[in-house]
Formats: sequence, structure tokens, C-alpha cells
Amino acid sequence: MKRHSLITRLWHWLNALCVIVLFMSGLNISNAHRYLYWGDYGFDGIGAWTAVPRFPGWMTIPGHYDLAGARDWHVLMAWPFAVGLLVMWIAMLINRHFWRDLRTTRAEWKPAAIWHDVVQHLKLNFEHDGAKFNFLQKLAYGSVFGIFLPVMIFSGIAISPGLEPAAPWLVELFGGRQSARSIHFIMAWATFGFFVVHIALVLLSGPAKQIRDMITGGKES
Amino acid sequence: MKRRNLIAGMAGFMAAGCSKVADSKLGQSLFEAAESWHLKAHRALADRQALAPEFTKADLSPTFKGNGSVTVDSAFYRTQLAGGFADWRLEVNGLVATPLSLSLENIRRLPQRTQITRHDCVEGWSAIGEWTGPQLGLLLDAAGLLPEAKFIVFRCADKLYGKDYYESIDMVDAYHPQTIVAHMLNGEPLPEKNGAPLRMRIERQLGYKHPKYLTAIEAVASLDGINGGKGGYWEDNHGYQWYAGM
Repeated sequence: MKRHSLITRLWHWLNALCVIVLFMSGLNISNAHRYLYWGDYGFDGIGAWTAVPRFPGWMTIPGHYDLAGARDWHVLMAWPFAVGLLVMWIAMLINRHFWRDLRTTRAEWKPAAIWHDVVQHLKLNFEHDGAKFNFLQKLAYGSVFGIFLPVMIFSGIAISPGLEPAAPWLVELFGGRQSARSIHFIMAWATFGFFVVHIALVLLSGPAKQIRDMITGGKES
Repeated sequence: MKRRNLIAGMAGFMAAGCSKVADSKLGQSLFEAAESWHLKAHRALADRQALAPEFTKADLSPTFKGNGSVTVDSAFYRTQLAGGFADWRLEVNGLVATPLSLSLENIRRLPQRTQITRHDCVEGWSAIGEWTGPQLGLLLDAAGLLPEAKFIVFRCADKLYGKDYYESIDMVDAYHPQTIVAHMLNGEPLPEKNGAPLRMRIERQLGYKHPKYLTAIEAVASLDGINGGKGGYWEDNHGYQWYAGM
């Protein structure tokens, strides 16, 4: 039994590429209008709940302000990102990866157990007997699979005027188009937050083996 | 500082790689393919006639932002603006049986549609306004659209950075019930900054597809050979997508 199944490995690297390009092109798009609003409308910063910083060229794709060029990338990578997540979800449900490894149990939600996990994490003790992932890992991966990535996709669909006639309820669910746009932005940074913690923990837990296993599959320990 | 440089370096590597792809033939054809998948997906998921959401007067934004061209820099436009556009003409021509030349009075006497819709700019902002005008399909039927016509091109009086503004849509959007030639915004004649005296409403696409200061509606078989050949000012000059439904 491999540590990471083939579909997990393929999806992991495809998704990493999609998320990086979508995030960096998204920051370029954000530079076109830096205000975020709640509700249906909003312009010129009037009634905005926040003004986000202008993101410098080294953070964006393309590396200079180019709304059309950034939209080309964003609109292209949205496809492998959304289709990839859909395929991965179906695969996880079929190969039981979700039920076996990612689902949390009621016992794990006890404060004492959570605190124990946090302490072990801070001590950089990554041993956890029995289950593949500990509670914090389940929570992190579960949030990414179940909340961050799908909400990115659905809020992206909700801000597309061409899809709104097909699913006006989706825009209403978010509380209006500008709310959907705000949530799209917040989820992008939540995903970035996961990315930072994920990379940090890979670096702290033997990066060479971690990266090799995510390519070759590795051995279940 | 070192770590920041490393992150910047990696981001720069991504950006450089992306610009290499974007500049290549393969990259360009991928972008075009992705655009057409979005169009096909939208058309498959929504009925051709499916309406963009309509709002109530309570939902109107306090004002309606003017963006892009906010006036037309010509003596003719100044005198027309001052005189209620008495000599303004809207031509309907190209692949039609009977070309039309309509005054504002002619347009106001046609059956009207009023709709309160949300306008989404490609930059990210939205405004809500109440638009009134005849449906484009009505004008096309009156002119007798020929079967060879595949696109409708909108000609405008304004220039942006020295180039003529224009736009184009296909027949699905041309005959969409909410595609109207608007001459009123919020119950008043169209303000100068919003495209007086006439602008298009193409409600299922982003704002740059709604041309202002409208002078002619032209039915064509192909967009090739019209200005830059990509179907619009932003498409030709700045690389924006022709289909702006996302």
C-alpha cells in the first residue's frame, strides 16, 4: 500500500500549480479595483468594508499590472482547478480516503484532545499512532477540501454575469455579487494561509522524503 | 530579508514562466480555448433567453458610475447634447434588407422595455440602474436581418486613447429579451457620462460589452477585417476577451 495514492499525487501537483497561478493572477485582478463591498453593488470605494493593498509586481501574474493578461490566466486555470477538485472528491469518496483518513470523529473534537494535538504539533512531534492524520491535519485538509477550494469555485461562478441567469440562487446565497466577490477574496487568502502552514510543516518534517513520497507514492509506514 | 527574497524569486520564476507561455502560440490558443469553453458552458447551463436578475427601485445604487469614455470630444456632440440630440441618427445597416436611419423620436415611439439590472465592470465594481429602450431584436426585425448575418457590430461616437470605440455580440445575445437600446437611465434621458443619447445593454456580459454614444448597428457575417478583427475596442487594443460573461 502506497502512502499517497496515484490520484492524490496527480491532483496534489495539478492543484498546486492551479492555486499558485490563480492566486497570483487574482492579485493582479484585485489591483484593478481594490475595494471590497457587501451586497449587490459597490463602486468608487463608497461603502466599502475594506480597501486592500496594491499588490506589487513580484506577487502577480503577469509581473506588471495587466488586467486582461491576468484574466486570461485566471479564466484558463479555473478549468483544471474546478474539474480537478470534482474528480478528486469523487475519487476520495470511492477509494474511501475521505471516510478512512480525513473525516474527524466526535472524540477528536474534545478540547483536551485538541489541546494535546496542538502541543504535540508545537513540539514538532509528528508521530501519531493508528490513524494516517492527526486531528489538526484532518481539520486543515478537511477545510481545504470541504470549504476553501469549493467556496473559491462557487464564489467565482457567482461573480460571472454569464452564469447568473442559470443559477441566480447561488448569487443570492452569497448575499449579492459584491459579497460573493469579497468571499472569493477572503477564501483566496485562507487558502494562502493553509499553503504557508503546509509548506512550513513539510520543511520541518523532512522535506526531501515528503516531496519524494508525494511524487513516487512512498510506503505506508 | 533573505526569505522574502527567496519568495519573491520563486514568485518571479512563476511569473516569468507564465509570461513565456502567454507569449507563445500555444498559450494564446489555450486562452482562446478556455474562453470558448466558458461561453459553451454558460450557453449549455442557461437557457438562451434566460434573464439576468432584475431588481426593484429599492435596490438602485445611489448613482450610476460613468467609466471609460465619459463624453465625446467633438463639436457636433456638444451642439447635440445642448439641443436634446435633435439631429442624432442611429443607423441600422450591413446585412439587412432595409437599412434604417432612426431619430431619437423614432426610437422613443417603439415598444419599450424597462429593466432594473446590475452592471458589472471588468475591474470588479457593480452598480444598479433602471434602463429603458426598445429591444435590439425589434430593430433587427424591422430592418429585415439577412440569414448570412452572424454578428451585430455597434459603432460609437466616442474614441478612447485616439481609437474608435466599438463592440460586437452574436445572435444569441442580439435577440436576448434584455438586450435593449437604452435612451433612459433611472427615468431620465441618458446622462452624458453614461453614453447619451443611446447605449446598449448586454445584460449577461461585463460592462465593456455595453457600448455608449451609439451611432450605428451593423449586421455582419464575420468580425474579420473590422478594425483589429477581434470584435471590440478592448479586445483589439488591450487583449480583453470577446466573450465577457465571466
